[in-house]
Amino acid sequence: MSFANHLPTRREMLIGSGALFAWTQMPKIARAEGRDPRLLVIILRGALDGLGAVAPVGDPDWIGLRGESALLLDGKTPALPLDSFFALNPAMPNLYRLYKKQQALVVHGTATPYRERSHFDGQDVLESGIAKPGAVSTGWLNRALVAMESGGRVDPAGSRVLGVGAVTPLVVRGAAPVMSWVPQKLLPASADTQNRLLDLYQHTDPKLAIVLQARMRLAALGGLPGMSDPMSEDPTFAPPGIARVRAYFAEAAGTAARYLARPDGPRVGAMGFVGWDTHIAEGAITGQLANLLGALDGAFAAVETNMGEAWNETVVAVVTEFGRTARINGTNGTDHGTGTVAFLAGGALRGGRVVADWPGLKPAQLLEDRDLKPTIDLRAVLKGILKDHLRLEDGVLARAIFPDSADVKPMTGLVG
Amino acid sequence: MSSSAKGEAALALHRFGMGPRPGSIAAIASDPRGALIAELDRPLALSAAEGLPSSAKAYRTVADANARRTAKAKQAQQQAKKLQEKQQVATAGTAMVEGANEPHSEKQAQDAGEMAAKKAADAVPDPGRPIYLQEAKVRIEAALAAEIGFAERLVWFWSNHFSISANRIQSMSGAYERESIRPNALGRFVDLLVSVETHPAMLFYLDNLASMGANSIAGINRSRGLNENLARETLELHTLGVRTGYTQDDVISFANVLTGWTLVPPGDNPEHGGEFTFNARLHEPGPQTVLGKLYEQEDAEQGRAVLRDLASHPATATHVANKLACHFVADTPPPALVEQMAKTFRDTEGNLKEVAKAMVSSDDAWSQPATKLKRPSEWGVAMVRSTGIMQIDPTRFTAGQELLGEPLWRPPSPKGYPDDEASWIDGIGRRLDIANNFAERVAATADPHDIIENVMGSSVSLEAREAVDRAESRQQALALLFMSADFQRR
Repeated sequence: MSFANHLPTRREMLIGSGALFAWTQMPKIARAEGRDPRLLVIILRGALDGLGAVAPVGDPDWIGLRGESALLLDGKTPALPLDSFFALNPAMPNLYRLYKKQQALVVHGTATPYRERSHFDGQDVLESGIAKPGAVSTGWLNRALVAMESGGRVDPAGSRVLGVGAVTPLVVRGAAPVMSWVPQKLLPASADTQNRLLDLYQHTDPKLAIVLQARMRLAALGGLPGMSDPMSEDPTFAPPGIARVRAYFAEAAGTAARYLARPDGPRVGAMGFVGWDTHIAEGAITGQLANLLGALDGAFAAVETNMGEAWNETVVAVVTEFGRTARINGTNGTDHGTGTVAFLAGGALRGGRVVADWPGLKPAQLLEDRDLKPTIDLRAVLKGILKDHLRLEDGVLARAIFPDSADVKPMTGLVG
Repeated sequence: MSSSAKGEAALALHRFGMGPRPGSIAAIASDPRGALIAELDRPLALSAAEGLPSSAKAYRTVADANARRTAKAKQAQQQAKKLQEKQQVATAGTAMVEGANEPHSEKQAQDAGEMAAKKAADAVPDPGRPIYLQEAKVRIEAALAAEIGFAERLVWFWSNHFSISANRIQSMSGAYERESIRPNALGRFVDLLVSVETHPAMLFYLDNLASMGANSIAGINRSRGLNENLARETLELHTLGVRTGYTQDDVISFANVLTGWTLVPPGDNPEHGGEFTFNARLHEPGPQTVLGKLYEQEDAEQGRAVLRDLASHPATATHVANKLACHFVADTPPPALVEQMAKTFRDTEGNLKEVAKAMVSSDDAWSQPATKLKRPSEWGVAMVRSTGIMQIDPTRFTAGQELLGEPLWRPPSPKGYPDDEASWIDGIGRRLDIANNFAERVAATADPHDIIENVMGSSVSLEAREAVDRAESRQQALALLFMSADFQRR
């Protein structure tokens, strides 16, 4: 299997240098057409709640499903209408603006072929492009780059994948060399990580729990006023350091864009953002999820700004390993699910629409009576972008990039 | 292999060692206590330290740089002054007319001179910092390489017991530990004590270099005189312990005994500058009474005699035994354990290896619940060890330790860093930042499940395993594992 190649020494070097983003150079065929396309992939680790990000406000079962946690057009913080059926989380005004300009698009009810609910395995499938999780050492984006270069032979001095952050995301690892860059700003431990640790301490070490809780309360007091409503959520779960998260997302994505925009820079890059595993106090309207989506929204804005002219030839794909339960759980959060959303943004898109084959929200319409049923294979979306934006051929996509996916046709009409 | 054997092996690594490494629990599970004792019988040498300068050489290097810096600064200041004077002469006519500007231009000349001096001084790099970082790297990597790390923990313990501060003597801080602590940490307490109190770093740190007796040759004609610092801390911190019966008169007498303990001035002697020397011109002549005993020896032998008696004093045995037990076993250790260790100290004339063996041979040292909180340095090394990484970037590692309130070789006072839970527990939040950052850097190579199975073993609670299983990413799983009580406590 040619796609199983990788360069461990190089990877280790990058890990040693402490980086998270990967990249490749100009796809030949596109260049022959006078185009110079860019693709930036952002992995949301932890599983994004698609229903909390883009709400099916036109579905008669929506309010019954989510109750007070349901985003509404006439809620206290009104959701932003995308069409007659879907509305965007109000924490994302930039994405909404791009959507209105036909430069953003939402795919709803999508999932990879993975049907279990382990984060690690789910991320393996998402990033490797291989339906089975396991010992995979290369990612689909890197293999796509290899395929674009002179019939599979990679010029090590030429093609580059850009990886942002201390860990090179699996999606960009592989035979094509990875350039990596680490943001100067340290990503603080997320609110979610702190909450999990607090929970662990509460079960194992009450003294440590008291200290950690005190710190979280203190951090919450020092946070930005108005970022969250302390009355609506347990103050324990107020998001400490959300300002730092916003700064990190914006710096990481913005710097990636600056590299991708350069005439001699890489053309393909990827990065991962953590913190989306919202089991407790999800806060889609005013809490953690709203804050994270707001930070992601800032990342879109940073990419658009820093791409400059190249924005018109850019696609940003934001994907996650799987979705979350359709219903809210016993701790005002959601558990691991299946169907979710993917965001696409960029001047190269034919945006301004929600792509969905809506499965419905009645118990029998849910997957296993719990998850939003996936009706669009995420590989179809990604293959559509690779085909129409980077000009990869169907056969290559079905064999080398997303192996054994011949029956998953590339989605047409996303780009151009 | 029974789970209780593995449990004791894990405890051996956490409580007495530097934390588990891949395979280390299995390696010692058949006899954890025997493995700890066996480690004490292996040499404590540092092969990686071969290229490092001795404390005296490091001191001379820094002194040379300082001298060059001063000379360059002076030169630059003079040049700037001359230039300014020329300009003033040239503009004298104008200055006469605008008389108010006269003092201003004088100040300008002074400022320009100072700026030039500072610039010239800054151009001479400080060799102390790179030496400190090299020493830090060797020390930390020795802790990473140790099979269990019991002996390294003892080096760290004694280094902290006999604290100096790199804030005052950065260049010598690592060499001090290599020259005085490491060779004696498993030897006799008296040899350790004498080596430490005669080390230039200690004499410098506790202000003994210029301490002189009132009736010494140097002292008779000067207003400066005795400095009690080294004598007091030797009694209070290094040997007997606070409130053990010594008086202010004992401190003064002992300080007199120690006058003349200084170092060879680095500028005078390119071969021995910075080494310990006894300077008779500073020494208070005549006998001294310390703790009721008369010391009539001449020169440095007088001080050595006092140190020998302090080392064999029963209060020292109790002080040392209690401090060791507090460090390794519990903030309030079982009195029987402390007494057993103190007895061993007394019976073996302060044989520190035997005292350490007595500790790990006592059931009391194993039966205490894991209530101690690892100090930041221990926790940081344990985290790196668990991933199998053997080499570190000393800049990054020491910065992490500093963030956590335990900068390497820079304790806030001669007392060293505290050892109790209450002193460190409020730093847990910062540890999370460090753990999160480290987890991000190693997430691509370190597998949390692998660390649980092959490194931590049965020492990981079910709850922590579940937290790792449910984590949203490998990074988060690792951060939670490193932050778990199983990793923090010992």
